[in-house]
Amino acid sequence: MADSQDLVTLTIEGAEVSVPKGTTILEAAKQAGVLVPHYCYHPSLPVAGVCRMCLVRIEGQPKLQIACATPVAPGQVVNVFDTQAVEARKGVLEFLLINHPLDCPICDQAGECELQDYVFREGRARTRYTPTFAKRFNPVEDFGPDVLYVPNRCILCTRCVRFMDHAAGEPVLNVSERGDRAFIGIHPEHRLDHAWSGNVVDLCPVGSLISKDFLHKARAWELDKTASVCTGCSQGCNIGIETRQNVVVRLRPRPNAVVNRYFMCDHGRLSYRWMNRGDRIEAPLVRQDGGLTACNWDEAIRQAAELVAGAGGDVAVLASPGASTEALYLAREAAGSRFRGMFRVERVAEERPLPGVPGLALRAERAPNVAGATRLGYGECRDEQLADLGTAAVVIVVGDRLEGAAAAAVASAAHLIYLGAVLPEAARGATVIFPVTTVAEEDGTFVNRDGRVQRYFQAKSSPGMARPAWWALGELAAELGRGPAPATAAEAFDALAAGVPAFGGLSYDVLGLQGALLATGAPAGASV
Amino acid sequence: MGYPHQPHAKETVVLSQYFGDPEARTYAGWVKRGGYEALKTAYGMTPAALVDLVKESGLRGRGGAGFPTGMKWSFMPREKTKPHYLCCNADESEPGTFKDREVMRWTPHALIEGCAIAMHAIQAEVGYIYIRGEFTEPIRVMQAALNEAYREGVLGANALGSGRKADIWIHRGAGAYICGEETALMNSIEGKRGNPRIRPPFPAQAGVFSLPTTVNNVETLAAVGPILRKGAAWYKGLSLSNPKSTGTKLFSVCGHVARPGNYEVTMGFPLKDLIYDMAGLRPGRTLKACQPGGSSVPIINREETEACLLDYEGCVAQNTMLGSGGLIVYDDTADMVYQIMRLAKFYAHESCAQCTQCREGTAWTVRILERMLSGKGTMQDLDLLLDLGEQMTGKTICVLSDSCAAPVASGIKRFRGEFEAYITGARKPVLAVA
Repeated sequence: MADSQDLVTLTIEGAEVSVPKGTTILEAAKQAGVLVPHYCYHPSLPVAGVCRMCLVRIEGQPKLQIACATPVAPGQVVNVFDTQAVEARKGVLEFLLINHPLDCPICDQAGECELQDYVFREGRARTRYTPTFAKRFNPVEDFGPDVLYVPNRCILCTRCVRFMDHAAGEPVLNVSERGDRAFIGIHPEHRLDHAWSGNVVDLCPVGSLISKDFLHKARAWELDKTASVCTGCSQGCNIGIETRQNVVVRLRPRPNAVVNRYFMCDHGRLSYRWMNRGDRIEAPLVRQDGGLTACNWDEAIRQAAELVAGAGGDVAVLASPGASTEALYLAREAAGSRFRGMFRVERVAEERPLPGVPGLALRAERAPNVAGATRLGYGECRDEQLADLGTAAVVIVVGDRLEGAAAAAVASAAHLIYLGAVLPEAARGATVIFPVTTVAEEDGTFVNRDGRVQRYFQAKSSPGMARPAWWALGELAAELGRGPAPATAAEAFDALAAGVPAFGGLSYDVLGLQGALLATGAPAGASV
Repeated sequence: MGYPHQPHAKETVVLSQYFGDPEARTYAGWVKRGGYEALKTAYGMTPAALVDLVKESGLRGRGGAGFPTGMKWSFMPREKTKPHYLCCNADESEPGTFKDREVMRWTPHALIEGCAIAMHAIQAEVGYIYIRGEFTEPIRVMQAALNEAYREGVLGANALGSGRKADIWIHRGAGAYICGEETALMNSIEGKRGNPRIRPPFPAQAGVFSLPTTVNNVETLAAVGPILRKGAAWYKGLSLSNPKSTGTKLFSVCGHVARPGNYEVTMGFPLKDLIYDMAGLRPGRTLKACQPGGSSVPIINREETEACLLDYEGCVAQNTMLGSGGLIVYDDTADMVYQIMRLAKFYAHESCAQCTQCREGTAWTVRILERMLSGKGTMQDLDLLLDLGEQMTGKTICVLSDSCAAPVASGIKRFRGEFEAYITGARKPVLAVA
């Protein structure tokens, strides 16, 4: 490849790569398929250059250089696995371990620990820091609502300090003391309670900053990790749902350069317990002799279809803005020409931004798919507008928990078809009830406030006979003769893409793991 | 050597000429001795001409690295598009070095004059003198001299009536050796933790407050006045050995000598004359070893010492460095193992804790040496110390780690027998626990 004005071509471990001018060797090496071991470097933080782990050999230079801070130069030849470089890194690892307790068996980080990984890859089999020397000891400190600091394990990479300084803009952490007495200190009058402070746990390459919520809950290697999207607000942070034996045990951010970089807020991170609720609806229910009776899906769908087909007036859909785009679309299809869609959304007074990452905040709008609902013709309704529901011939509720004014409104409706994961008291008057899955139990998409359509994947199995809402609504629409029932979420999305111009050209393949913008592109958040 | 002794006949007194002369501390006394004439001359020259003059003189940085001063000044942007700064490094914290202290105590105006000239050469309107916090008396003297300089119009909005602005501030250090490292010094001036920065960017591109900055040592700046007064050729002529090392150098002699203190000699002066004739060993003692450049440079033995010529190249030829000129002398009573442990302990205490090798390596080195001194060392420990030294050299942001490794590695190489004596039990343990 020829050098253009902005590209620099160099050789890393024998592979030629061309990268933009100004790229560091460490980032260029990633493109050459080589991971240069490192601790203090993080792509979203200012370069510190302190761990000295990423030392590499650059031909023609007398000293080893740190890959994290050295920019690429044309024709550079970089040897990551040069004998001297490997020896130097071996030395760093040995130094890091002299004061690091080997308490991996009780450390939450074990299994996903960068110190373990690199020692395994490049370290010495045995330390020369013989047992007569004591290791540094400092007691565990309570840093904040969800963060514990275990100083003994700390390798002073300062990622946490730099995150609080530069990303959070709340410099409450520092390096205190000098020499091997050094530790991460916290401002004596502050706690690590910034809305985004939980990220320091992810940033910590070792088990020094740990989550109280996750403390001793699971071993990293027992976890199944699934790509998902946070439901905490309309930002749409990419996350991974981590489950252990079908139980969600933690949520962690998943990198997405344009949505959330490497971060997620504490509100989103800790709102997963509802995904493990045990009081679920496990079978379709229909009204019979004044009570609710369990039945099979065929019967429930047949009865629901009868209600919709026989309705003398509007078919109102009260959907949760946490429902998948596919479900929202198919609910509209099932309702047919008499569709009237509305949703309610919780709004708080203020956003909690992460100042170091422009465009990233815990949004005031606390639902993941407001933009999707709006695009599909659902209107936001306030409590006083809910009374209109009572005038509809049939009300289909998709996921709304029927709290507050909604309870009375649906009670006066002629017929209620309720789709939910759990059964609120107000839904007990429903004619037909469909047990549906949660975001953790199905595939689907959300549209974030910027109009980015993002996929989420099934992370755990669903209880009993619960099925995704898009499936139930697709079957209902098919029963009513309104198109074929989609067999998969991908097919449901394809139907949506064919039916709604804004989604034209999109498919699950196109969306991939990073999502894609709606065709119209205008920020959906502006519609509020 | 000046105060409290008379200069020795073999000294070449330039910087130390007025040491011990209280009158030279005052503005009036300084002017009487030809002070601020050099600054007037400088203000009549272009910055480029000044840089060329200092380049021509061969003056090299006296802080330890020996980088040519004129060259350093020439790295500053020629076209001034944003403020430039001068930082005078007066954080003299190297064990064994106490020359800048005396320059500031006795000839504060020499430093102010040097700073003002350098500021003109690099087009800076503001200079900081970063003085080690423990230097209470030099700080007092410097502040009094600064106040006088402002009062007399040498500094201020119209410095020396030249229409130029020249402001100098004293910044007092808070007790960290590492703040003598130029990038840590700049962080400290900015109010940050005194951690060395990674380079690039170099100070001339982005220094203090991210603006072009030159950092010079006290002794370097104090030499600029005499160079302007007597000419570059005169300064260049002060060289007894290698023509790349010119001028005079202050040596702070300490350790096992009869007359410790500062001695000023011409570059290339024989080290053995400085030790034997000038500072003098104690009666009945013989020389064992020395460190000519302060605690950070490799230790050399008697043979090397006697062959060593005191300039940048002469020291390198004898496997050590000129450093900052803090000559530490060890006679035959010295316990080299203990001395080296003590040096390492200083570095372990002062490591800023950024780089892994330094943070952990300095402390580990101390533990091994302490264990050895308590009679529990092993022969493998010696190889381990050398290997740790290897890991700690040339791999970190600054050279503190290297400075800890240098005396250890050089000491083991030359005095291995003393180490082995502690290991075999031939020498009684001097430390109780390790």
